[in-house]
Amino acid sequence: MIEWVKKVFGAPTSSSTAKERLRLVLMTDHLALAPEIIENMKRDLVDVISRYVEVDRDKVEVNFEREDRALAMLANIPIVSVNRPSPPPEPAKPAPTASHSGPPPRRRRRKKPPTQNPAAAH
Amino acid sequence: MHQHLLRQAQDDKGQESVAAPAAKLGRAIVVTSGKGGVGKTTTTANLGTALAARGARVALIDADVGLRNLDIVLGLESRVKYHVLDVLEDKVSLDEALVPDKHSPTLVLLAAAQSREKDEVDTEKMRALVQGLRERYDYVLIDCPAGIELGFKNAVVGADEAIVVCTPEVSAVRDVDRVVGLLGNRFKPQLIINRLRPQLVKKGKMLSVEDVNAILRLPLLGVIADEPEIIITTNKGEPLALRHDSETASAYHAIAARIAGEDVPAPSPELKESFIDKLGSLFGGKRA
Repeated sequence: MIEWVKKVFGAPTSSSTAKERLRLVLMTDHLALAPEIIENMKRDLVDVISRYVEVDRDKVEVNFEREDRALAMLANIPIVSVNRPSPPPEPAKPAPTASHSGPPPRRRRRKKPPTQNPAAAH
Repeated sequence: MHQHLLRQAQDDKGQESVAAPAAKLGRAIVVTSGKGGVGKTTTTANLGTALAARGARVALIDADVGLRNLDIVLGLESRVKYHVLDVLEDKVSLDEALVPDKHSPTLVLLAAAQSREKDEVDTEKMRALVQGLRERYDYVLIDCPAGIELGFKNAVVGADEAIVVCTPEVSAVRDVDRVVGLLGNRFKPQLIINRLRPQLVKKGKMLSVEDVNAILRLPLLGVIADEPEIIITTNKGEPLALRHDSETASAYHAIAARIAGEDVPAPSPELKESFIDKLGSLFGGKRA
């Protein structure tokens, strides 16, 4: 009876819950298994933001968090100075990344970050 | 290859000597899943039986060193004298270690070692062993242990194809996804969905075949219903595929035909209600 009521009022079936959990868990798995993608994404993200403000590249943190029904990317990018180093380049011009031949991509395991605001300015 | 098998199936079954040299290399197929308990061993035993029923020469290898089970499912436990490590370590010849099946004249088993460990298997020797069997058998089915460690690596090393077994559960699908990623493209993995309960799918209480394969996106070899008879046949050591009165047995034979390259109709996810489900609804019982 309770099940019938739930069904009528559109409570999710357990198989749709399973489907949703599966979707999220696989997104997380695939991200964890592709550290080089995360490193590339982090580099590009910092490159874009650096066009407008000066950031502390060494302290950039990118994390992924599972919320109830979604996966969120949290980036903590400390801003050193808002004085633009130079006028922003023409929009949508892909920045050459040759200058960024820093250390080889580190393997990053997902870890729980300390509570922080996304893209919080320091 | 398929021509060869079809011709053989038309001949009288079992007339050729089991160990006769094959004209071409047979196919080495690993049966794997990542997660334990989804039915790899039962699937291997039944597919081996079903392929042998088509007249093919089939060798089954239990690669689960330390946890030998395939001999039990086939009812061959009292006949196993030597195991795969005895062969890899040159203690006995391959012929001495291969156990002929009780029921299928063209089926043999190479059992796992129960009292040894997975890291004692020499990976390169395992590859050579499978290669040697491919010269003599049309199919070499390798029953892979659970996990993705050394036991998995040794089980896949000689294979050129993979069958992944998945139950309609979040954990099983997740593990298959991982295993398929590890296998890469070389093994052309194909999917068997095992232990499906159509009644539960209908009520929205179990992932459907479409749900599972929307994620895995693998060629679907077949769907096997959750079947109480499997428990009984395993108790007896007589694979269900030996029977002719069971829809699940027919499903195994259809998978075997598909493996052999026959154009059998695509597996229907709309399996008929299993007996226990019918019984359940007859008495108005709720099956959560």
